[in-house]
Amino acid sequence: MISRNSGFRKTENRIMQGLCVTALAITLIPLLSILTSVLVNGASVIDYAFLTELPRAVGESGGGIANAIQGTLILLGLAILFGVPVGTIAGVYLSEYQETKLAWIVRFTSDILTEFPSIVIGIFAYTVIVLYFRSFSAIAGSVALAVIIIPIVTRTTEEVVRLVPNSLREAGIALGLPRWKTITRIVIPAARSGIVTGIMLSVARAAGETAPLLLTAFNSFYGFSGLLKPIASLPLYIFIFSISPFPDWRAKAWGAAMVLILMILGLSIMIRFATRGRYQKR
Amino acid sequence: MEDGVESLSSNAYPTFLSKQSRIKRPIKSTQKGRMTSDRIFKFATATVSSTILLILAAMIIELYTQSKLSINVFGLGFIWGTVWDPAITQVFGALPLIYGTLVTSALALLFGVPLSLGTAIVLSEIAPSRFRSPVSFIVELLAAIPSVIYGLWAIFTLAPFLRDYIYPILQNTLGFLPIFQGPIYGLGVLSGGIVLAIMIIPTVSAVSRDVLFAVPDSQREAAQALGATKWETTRIVLSYGRSGIIGSIILGLGRAVGETMAITMVIGNRFDIFTSLFAPGYTMAAVIANEFTEATFDLYLSALIEVGLILFIVAMGVNVLARLIVWRSLRMVRGVVFE
Repeated sequence: MISRNSGFRKTENRIMQGLCVTALAITLIPLLSILTSVLVNGASVIDYAFLTELPRAVGESGGGIANAIQGTLILLGLAILFGVPVGTIAGVYLSEYQETKLAWIVRFTSDILTEFPSIVIGIFAYTVIVLYFRSFSAIAGSVALAVIIIPIVTRTTEEVVRLVPNSLREAGIALGLPRWKTITRIVIPAARSGIVTGIMLSVARAAGETAPLLLTAFNSFYGFSGLLKPIASLPLYIFIFSISPFPDWRAKAWGAAMVLILMILGLSIMIRFATRGRYQKR
Repeated sequence: MEDGVESLSSNAYPTFLSKQSRIKRPIKSTQKGRMTSDRIFKFATATVSSTILLILAAMIIELYTQSKLSINVFGLGFIWGTVWDPAITQVFGALPLIYGTLVTSALALLFGVPLSLGTAIVLSEIAPSRFRSPVSFIVELLAAIPSVIYGLWAIFTLAPFLRDYIYPILQNTLGFLPIFQGPIYGLGVLSGGIVLAIMIIPTVSAVSRDVLFAVPDSQREAAQALGATKWETTRIVLSYGRSGIIGSIILGLGRAVGETMAITMVIGNRFDIFTSLFAPGYTMAAVIANEFTEATFDLYLSALIEVGLILFIVAMGVNVLARLIVWRSLRMVRGVVFE
């Protein structure tokens, strides 16, 4: 470094910084392209009938994604029901008993599960639930989604519960409360909004999951017909319609993609506003 | 665990309560009721937390028992078998799938890592602080887009663009290389690798940005005090956070290996050991997504689950390695145990 003259170093400095900024710009191109493709292609398909009708057979015009929207909401609702209690309780445990060996192992396991190939989770839900009931089902799909939700909720809950100032815990102890009461009555309420944000984050992630649903919920062209029956969902609708040979179906896939992306981006932006204060403190 | 790092972490994090629980308290006998209720609470929450371990354990057991049939029939030959014939001979071998997964993941890292690191450097070193948070958010939106929408976009927007504009240029200039020969379909291995690259950028850039953020300012100040330019300072910061950055790249690899829907829609799904990157290929995750619900007999299903088992082992290994590296480096860099 010593032998290089300052002119070279200045040029190198400028070039390398320029390359980094270019990398950022290139990264943003796909995002813009995806959003504009979805909005442009989707907007021409979406109308009231598209959102409220069932799909129709090939060749018939019209038809919509009502069953897919309904299915996605049911699957997510059930996944929240199965996954959120486990996730939040585990998160509280990780934060309040963080020194235990079990906490370390659980933390590590959930970090690994978060990054896990979701198709493997699909296989798991298939062998455990689909084979047991001998049918693809809404239950199997929502269990697969719950397995995706649990580690995310666990880690975000842990993080926000940890942010609760210790003075609150000390105040509880000083009032003579047992530790469990301090946790459930003081610490958790103080972290409530953060916990809810974590749940929304996990739902945003689960809403777009396709691979596990393919092996568990299977898809259906009709509305909800029972928890032990196959069920439609937006991601599966997009997948099946986009690889079909019919131009009309492909156009509908863009419409469904727009609905799904608006749902997920809406959630993400809500989360962003809810957590803005915390981000700035960092 | 009673080393210097651990005690630093106790200062950084309020572990007042946890410390106390470790000490045998003399008041124990006078407040027996309270201690019992606390113990029940701890036990109950610990039990619920263990569900997460149970899920992982059950996953391993299920994958193994369900693929046992295929393991017994094909043995280790499954890994280097090149025939996948459910129709007539009912022989299954996974080598082309493993090969396809490796090649697409390598392409993803090749394109994705430089872009991610550039982005991370801008976000942590170059950009003025008021831009950092919104730009990070925008980059992370890439992670919020569902895989199936990447696939949709890749089929109808990206692949036609690459087929019409980029691939012909590549073939004309570098066509003497076998990897750029043969017919161009648009959908194929290279397109799959490019989509994967885009999909791993948010992961790699977010984690390496965190690692760079965690490098103490004293490093930057020291470099600047010696007259280093911004880029020379950045290089010092990069070498300080090197192991964490390697961890973030391995995390990205984990994502690329397990990614399913987008790659299924883009790679072309042909069971083949390809040479040309323009040719269609197949990956482990894609074959499961495509054929799982159509597996008509037990051995077929079992073979697919064995592919899932291989995918599981690879993803598990990659993720454990990445987590250990990232955790260790964040701990070393920051002097705290966890973020």
